[in-house]
Amino acid sequence: MRDLSVTFTTEGGIARVLDGIDLSLLQGEIMGLVGESGSGKTTLARSILGALPPNARLTGQTLRFDGRDLLTLGARAAAEQVRGRTITFVPQDPFSSFNPLFTVGDQLGELMRWKSPDRQPGERIYARARKRADRDRTLAMLRSVQLADPERLLTKYPHELSGGQRQRVMIAMALLPEPRLVIADEPTTAVDVTIQAQILKLLRKLATERGVSVLFTTHDLGAAWEICDRITVMYAGQALETAPVASFFREPMVPYTRLLLDSLPSRDAGLRGIAGDVPSLVAPPTGCRFHPRCPGASDVCRASHAVAVALAPEHWVRCHHPHREPVRA
Amino acid sequence: MSLLRRLLRDRSAVLGLVIITVLVLAALLAHPLATFPQDVTTYHLSNRLLPPGATFWFGTDRMGGDIYSRMLFGARLTILIAVVATSVSVLIGVPVGLVAGYCTNRVSDLLMRVSDVFLAVPQIVLAIAIAQTLGPAIQNVILALSLTYWPFWARLVYAETRSLRNEVFIEAAVALGASPLRVMVLHVLPSIASSLIVRTTIGMGGAILVAAALGFLGLGPPPPTPEWGRMIAESREFLPQAWWYATAPGVAILLVVMGFNLLGDGLRDALDPRLRRGGDGR
Amino acid sequence: MTPDTPILELRHTSTQFPLRNAWGRRTGWLRAVDGVSLSVVRGEILGVVGESGCGKTTLGKTIAGIFQPSTGEIRFEGSEIGSLSPTEGRTLRRRLQYCYQDPGASLDPHWKIGRALEEPLVIHTKLSADERRARVRGVLAAVGLPQTHLDLYPHELSGGQQRRIGLARILMLRPSLVILDEPTSGLDVSVQATVLRLFLEARARFDLTYLFISHDLSVVRLISQRIAVMYLGRVVETGATEIVFAAPKHPYTQSLLAAVPEVGGARVTETFWLAGEPPNPTNLPTGCRFRTRCPRAEPRCAEQEPALRHLHDGRMAACHFAE
Repeated sequence: MRDLSVTFTTEGGIARVLDGIDLSLLQGEIMGLVGESGSGKTTLARSILGALPPNARLTGQTLRFDGRDLLTLGARAAAEQVRGRTITFVPQDPFSSFNPLFTVGDQLGELMRWKSPDRQPGERIYARARKRADRDRTLAMLRSVQLADPERLLTKYPHELSGGQRQRVMIAMALLPEPRLVIADEPTTAVDVTIQAQILKLLRKLATERGVSVLFTTHDLGAAWEICDRITVMYAGQALETAPVASFFREPMVPYTRLLLDSLPSRDAGLRGIAGDVPSLVAPPTGCRFHPRCPGASDVCRASHAVAVALAPEHWVRCHHPHREPVRA
Repeated sequence: MSLLRRLLRDRSAVLGLVIITVLVLAALLAHPLATFPQDVTTYHLSNRLLPPGATFWFGTDRMGGDIYSRMLFGARLTILIAVVATSVSVLIGVPVGLVAGYCTNRVSDLLMRVSDVFLAVPQIVLAIAIAQTLGPAIQNVILALSLTYWPFWARLVYAETRSLRNEVFIEAAVALGASPLRVMVLHVLPSIASSLIVRTTIGMGGAILVAAALGFLGLGPPPPTPEWGRMIAESREFLPQAWWYATAPGVAILLVVMGFNLLGDGLRDALDPRLRRGGDGR
Repeated sequence: MTPDTPILELRHTSTQFPLRNAWGRRTGWLRAVDGVSLSVVRGEILGVVGESGCGKTTLGKTIAGIFQPSTGEIRFEGSEIGSLSPTEGRTLRRRLQYCYQDPGASLDPHWKIGRALEEPLVIHTKLSADERRARVRGVLAAVGLPQTHLDLYPHELSGGQQRRIGLARILMLRPSLVILDEPTSGLDVSVQATVLRLFLEARARFDLTYLFISHDLSVVRLISQRIAVMYLGRVVETGATEIVFAAPKHPYTQSLLAAVPEVGGARVTETFWLAGEPPNPTNLPTGCRFRTRCPRAEPRCAEQEPALRHLHDGRMAACHFAE
């Protein structure tokens, strides 16, 4: 297997929702994209999918996926060969992502008709043999996401499923086309903790087994800790820190990351938040966008956003004044 | 403020607004504008059925009256009927809809069944029946229109209130201890005001149309009252020759009804809560 | 009243909703809250935790009088309020307020903040307009918002500010018990901490008792003195927060606690054992409700529903095996 790498630089429109992001993702890796609401993590996920709202403009140097530049690939080609096929999506809200008028089976069938790994590009006719193969594949997949009695499940309507079941079907749908990259946008926000634990477990297991890369966006640091290999912290459209999960939590270097970790409710830390609000993206602060809320901000921070430097192996930081000592022993 | 600006950006809404303004001005200034104000009631049989010209701008009718002058006074009548009938309908329909939509008991069911009965019969047929029974007079036209028109508002308000009842802010107001009257008047009503305004504007046009139809059928105010529908009815026997006779009132009705509809559509776009509430991005 | 007198006491309170078929015929009952007995002591924070659909919100709304309990008693400050109609209970319930999960949605979008805050006073008091405005300004300052916010509409506020307004609206009537329904859901962690601190400050300042409903166990652990864990309309375990968290006795509580990811700790995804999802509340299993997912289930769990009973360390659990 080749190493899969995605490197891209993007810039949003007038409201600069994403501001010069560099990110790379390796084959079979789970990358966590952590940030608060409004930090641009969903927009980033959508840019990769090519599913931005019509008022958005994507600019940047490169957005390479599996050796192909998605920025120069035409919209039709992207829709045909990439989106939903080699890159798939697990949405945040598993309810509104289903059409309530069709059964789960119909919707899975429709997906497989166009996105089945057996389908040749440009193929229009849905041959019976492929249909049968796809159905078997679907049932096997539903079983592997631990859904009991998949045959009966296929005849049900979305509202007849529970939240956890819907999310499992969503994961199955995302994995069925045998993609190289799954983008999971807050897949556990809408479900309870016990279900979240099950879903995360499943996602991790399937990704590892199949060698699929996962871009996992979340605001829940605990969930990120659970399944990610590496984590990137975003704030107001800027990526501030990227690190392997262990060093991310043990020795975070950017002040924002530290404050974010301190905000987690815990006995010894008590209640510590971050003062101030997320800035407006239309008129963001100059330089590093976190400087108005940062305790260690200086004139340099107001003037420019630091370039990314690796302060430890694989630990990239974009900050003028990173902490260098670990927080926990 | 921004509402007006949004409305003025919509060309067809501006057209509607202009038509309605002209109508209102014509009605208010009927006396000074009319070239022969006395023609509303007097006869000049010598000037019978003259085509439009310098003296009689829109021609004359079978009694020799100046159609232009009669049109202006007809505008007064049209506005009077539309405004009074629509207001009465709103005054009946809105409370009925509110109560029926907000409360869930026998009374509310009864209210809605009554309005369903009215809606079951085509409005024009019911209006004709009522006007026929009461006899041709302007107050009877208004009464007939009001009686047949209110269920439309009741239905609208009922449906909107029903969906609002599930809104959290309504439940929160109730939990706070607000009385049903308070919730209905201060919370529900302002929330449905925009669709009510739109419906009422378009409803005005509808009322004018039905009033003209009643007049056309001879159920409107008796002659020589210059009612537009009646004028069209009178023109029928002279139609091939005196084309101008039917044209003026016909075009007037068309324009006014269109004006109200255009304005109503424009208001709907301008008041659209989805546009106004935008900006709660996540 | 001694400090240990319960400010709120529930005895076998149930709230049921009729299930109707397409023709409006009743086909059964949905027992959202089923025989819950709880007491809240003045000044404490009682956390109510459970997953969605376990009836915790229904419980809160029943206490607040938004829903009528089908059976059982609700005693608030010594008087029975469960059987009162909303109109009769209005004066009694002034001191018992419910704070909505999403305060943004609980504010009328057409009303400015100032007017929304005055509304409770208009309904319940005879204060003059000036007195009302003075009190609004006082409470607004207490929740840490500038006076300029009075002229804003709800959608112009951020999530954290909406929580503050939601709390301010509750505080207008000087309640003694506040039911906080999921007060931190949907908030970012950095904002969550400030909002929680605000709740604690308000409690000290206005002498409040909280019923804190949440699905976020780490928040509940931090803020509440006692917790009650609910599963499918029943309280399965209740006791002092630290005791329950340190050693949960009911298997459901155990699994719930095990599911919470802990940064730096063992990975939950590697150890988590609970499978399946809660059964449909319209069609409950016989006996113990948790037995369909419980690893320790035995035949007697299907026959006999375990009662909530006292254990030696002052907590209560509803499991045959708890000791």
